[in-house]
Amino acid sequence: MTGETTELTLPSRIDTVATAAAAVADFVGRSGISDDAAFGIDMAVREAVTNAVLHGNRQDDEKVVEISLKSSPDAVEISVHDQGPGFNPETVPDPTAQENILKTSGRGIFFMRTFMDEVDWTIRPGGGTTVRMVKRR
Amino acid sequence: MAELNINERQAGDVTVLDMSGKITIGEGSVALRTAIRRLLEEGKKRILLNLAGVSYIDSSGIGELVSSYTAIGKDGGQLKLLNLTQKLQDLLTITKLLTVFDVYESEADALNSFK
Repeated sequence: MTGETTELTLPSRIDTVATAAAAVADFVGRSGISDDAAFGIDMAVREAVTNAVLHGNRQDDEKVVEISLKSSPDAVEISVHDQGPGFNPETVPDPTAQENILKTSGRGIFFMRTFMDEVDWTIRPGGGTTVRMVKRR
Repeated sequence: MAELNINERQAGDVTVLDMSGKITIGEGSVALRTAIRRLLEEGKKRILLNLAGVSYIDSSGIGELVSSYTAIGKDGGQLKLLNLTQKLQDLLTITKLLTVFDVYESEADALNSFK
């Protein structure tokens, strides 16, 4: 199937990561994308939602994570929006630099960039960060 | 069913943890952390993680592997990895952690390496 759009609104809890991943897997399964691409999308979505829950919304139960899924003949596009203060991804250290290899965190954005073809962040004027990720077919 | 199942067995003075499921943020990562802490408290410092049944790991799970590796090393012990799936091997390669961990495909070779 191509040309489908789905929106999800989920609470700022750790278990949202698994819920979102399952919903995205269903969506991606219907989109007809390859298994390898689906694996990469799953990795990237889990990391993006983890960041939204932990670092964006800081597990505040008054805030939600919104996820938008779009498939087209050319690509699958996923946006994850949080209601946090926003951040600059360029300030995140390279986890593969020698001095960071043994750090216990900081690999999420690296995985998102590795597994998706496009990743960009937008800080909305009203607050919150949207990360948009594209996987081309 | 738990997200991550861990079965402990002893092979000489090496503790083998046969793991199956997912090492992801939340339950899976916590289960690994709890198991490693308990082994260190029991004085078991030679630990082999058999990851053959681990179908999935995220950045949190990889962070937990690193945390386990450094905690055991600081305690004078050794952590080694056995039977990585291709996906996990790929993830450790791109994060440059494959050069950090001692990784084996044969349990006998892994156990011998502790001696």
